[in-house]
Amino acid sequence: MAEILKYNEEELLKEQGFDDHFHDHGHGDKHKTSFIFKYIFSMDHKIIARQFLITGIFWAFIGIGMSVIFRLQLGFPEDSIAWLKPLLGKWIIVNEETGIGSLDSQFYYALITMHGTIMVFFVLTAGLSGTFSNLLIPLQLGARDMASPFLNMLSYWFFFLAGIIMFYSLFLSTGPFSGGWTAYPPLSALPQASSGSGAGMTLWLVSLTMFVVSILLGGINYITTVLNLRTKGMSMWRMPLTIWTFFITAIIGLLSFPVLVSGFLLLMADRGLGTSFYLNEIFVSGEALDYVGGSAILYQHLFWFLGHPEVYIIILPAMGLTSEVLSVHARKPIFGYKAMVYSVMAIAFLSFIVWAHHMFMSGVNPFISNFFVIFTLIIAVPSAVKVFNWITTLWGGNIRLNTPMLFAIGFVSMFISGGLTGIFLGNSAIDIQLHDTYFVVAHFHIVMGVAAAFGMYAGIYHWYPKMFATFMNETLGKIHFWGTLIGSYAIFWPMHYIGMAGVPRRYYRFDGFEAFNQFTTMNEFITIAAILTFGAQLVFALNFFWSIKRGRKVMTKNPWLANTLEWTTPIKAGHGNWEGKLPTVHRWPYDYGKDGKDYIPQVIPMSEEEKAEAEH
Amino acid sequence: MAVDTLNDQKLIEDWDGGTSPFKSSYGKLMMWYFLLSDAFTFAGFLIAYGALRMSSPNWPVPDFVFSAFPGGFHHKPLLFVTLMTFILLASSFTMVRAVQEGHQENKKGVAFWMLLTVIGGLAFLGSQAWEWTTMIGKEHVSYHTNPFGSHVEYGTYLAGDGHDIKKGDTFVPGDSYLIHKHDGEWQKLPYEVTEGEDIGQVKELQFGPRAFGALFFFITGFHGFHVFSGVVFLLIILLNVISGVYVERKNGYEMVEKIGLYWHFVDLVWVFVFLVFYLI
Repeated sequence: MAEILKYNEEELLKEQGFDDHFHDHGHGDKHKTSFIFKYIFSMDHKIIARQFLITGIFWAFIGIGMSVIFRLQLGFPEDSIAWLKPLLGKWIIVNEETGIGSLDSQFYYALITMHGTIMVFFVLTAGLSGTFSNLLIPLQLGARDMASPFLNMLSYWFFFLAGIIMFYSLFLSTGPFSGGWTAYPPLSALPQASSGSGAGMTLWLVSLTMFVVSILLGGINYITTVLNLRTKGMSMWRMPLTIWTFFITAIIGLLSFPVLVSGFLLLMADRGLGTSFYLNEIFVSGEALDYVGGSAILYQHLFWFLGHPEVYIIILPAMGLTSEVLSVHARKPIFGYKAMVYSVMAIAFLSFIVWAHHMFMSGVNPFISNFFVIFTLIIAVPSAVKVFNWITTLWGGNIRLNTPMLFAIGFVSMFISGGLTGIFLGNSAIDIQLHDTYFVVAHFHIVMGVAAAFGMYAGIYHWYPKMFATFMNETLGKIHFWGTLIGSYAIFWPMHYIGMAGVPRRYYRFDGFEAFNQFTTMNEFITIAAILTFGAQLVFALNFFWSIKRGRKVMTKNPWLANTLEWTTPIKAGHGNWEGKLPTVHRWPYDYGKDGKDYIPQVIPMSEEEKAEAEH
Repeated sequence: MAVDTLNDQKLIEDWDGGTSPFKSSYGKLMMWYFLLSDAFTFAGFLIAYGALRMSSPNWPVPDFVFSAFPGGFHHKPLLFVTLMTFILLASSFTMVRAVQEGHQENKKGVAFWMLLTVIGGLAFLGSQAWEWTTMIGKEHVSYHTNPFGSHVEYGTYLAGDGHDIKKGDTFVPGDSYLIHKHDGEWQKLPYEVTEGEDIGQVKELQFGPRAFGALFFFITGFHGFHVFSGVVFLLIILLNVISGVYVERKNGYEMVEKIGLYWHFVDLVWVFVFLVFYLI
């Protein structure tokens, strides 16, 4: 058993701390007394993080709720869902003879589109990276707040505005946009193409443009904070891996989201002005439209130039959170710290030159596909390095199997399962077979949907004590974990098989097809698994909101015995994070189990022996 | 403590925390990153331009399209846009001077050179307005119709248009033409093909690729909007300079530097827009 280190932070901070004359400037929260400025229009990054998180949870329930509804339709097309009429109204069509209510087929597509948009952008981008970048960047770097707290607040409110607009579009009489979350033209470019392509698409475009503004305001802030506001001694190579991933995620977002805006603006011109950027010789209901010379593929290129980096914007923060949680709860230094950082950089770089692997089916030149195949497969290398390092971090560790740790291990499991199928899909020859089947649905849900959610959960359970000064309930947490782990595999594992058997994506019902009848029970199984997994998330929501007030109180500053700086702040830290001086950093964040000591926080100065060792 | 820190060579290294590694304030860094992202937006547009232009069999020749000059002058290829470009680049020079005066804490100097920059920006916007007016009002280019074309075969005109083309004029592939509009009617001149497979056939002039107008108005419009926003921010900061807001600030005239970065960026983007629309 390693010796548990005893140290007194208060004294250390006083002795070693870095005095930035915090109180002289008096730029603590001036509006401390007013509820509105403390909790709503707050500029405190910790409050903004909680705003992102709770908004993200709200959207997550809308998003996965939608998936349950369309899974009901897919799993039980013969059974009536007329009982959903109070919720969905006219989108449930009741057959007058049989009395069976089924989902309106147009609305089915709207649900799928909204599920994708909401989960990708609102939950796994804003909810994940927005929450944890905001919470951890200043705390783990030893900064008072973000570089510009005001822009940071704007970032949240632009996200909120985007959410309001998207939410409003759900209630349109023509329904929300229904052409898929990628919004390919012509379905997105011609208001008359489908009922969701009119007002629904207009609101979709406006909402996502606001969303990009939010991401850019946030990203510019994150990058600047990481570069400029590290406390004394916090060199780049002493930053926790969480910060490295948030930093690189923000850079990816900064370079890819603007290109999406270019694509959106051209799309708006096609919709509103009648230009032909993406449209060429199209017929709608037998009538030839006056559009010549555009290219629908052009939109796909502009979209996927964001779209592919976007999946790394989602997964990299989850990787960072997982790395930190694994190391803390395995009581071992992260294996291959620098290899992890270089892998993240390599993934980020490669993510910009693989986008067309989403378009092998779109009629791009097969020789150009070669290029994209090669770089897609090369991404497996840094990804595998990371997986190897996570497993070796666990190897021989003194593992605490608590909820955050379970979710972090679950992340690794999901990332491996989903990543392996990616190697198949990265080959254009196989992709052309599998691309429009459930195989792809299974692949991307496991590798970036469920895996990222696991990373997010690991982060929530781990940093909940820092956010709310209470713990989440451990029993409910474990029920949540096992329900989600088993449930997710039960949903997505069978999808690989039905995909390989050729069952296509995007179909409203399969019972009319002789070839797919044999998968009826499989579809029922998936739907039941989806409902149970949804139930597990309700356990989480209950646990989350109940524990804010009623959870076990955090009694010590550093309940996980972790090394990073956020655990040197007061249990309920005010705006400005540290009272008095800022901590000074003397070592990297992963000194667990070193020299017979269980853990050595970053604020502890190096001993003479350590210094001598470092020089060799 | 301070003495210890100074002696510790490791700690005063730029990247070791507690200081800005680029010796640059957070505001300036943020402006740089914003400009980086904006550059990607413009890159997206210019790539879209390239893709649509390359997929089109022919494209209007810039020397022919952009040849009008105020005062009723014609056939002055690129003269006007050269003037516009000169004005914009000159305003970048005045911006540099304003920033320099800011470093000297010379309030009057800053205000003077910023005023010149604002005038330069407005002059550029005015020039762009004239250019657009000419194209839309006189040459009838719009986002969906492009009367500027270039020939793909040899031929002889069978009628004149009352402007530059006379009956009996001959042309070769690559020659440019403009379809005029008289009394709401497009004058699509008839011509006889004199070489190739279709020899002897009578055809009429066709509109050029319609993406030309849409791309031109969209991209130069987006750039013009950037110039316009720049002028608005320049004016706000100019007012602040005059009222002495920056005299008391710890970081002095940094706002002037930041808007300067933006202004140079807008100029730089114009160089690329100029390149793709007017030169190639």
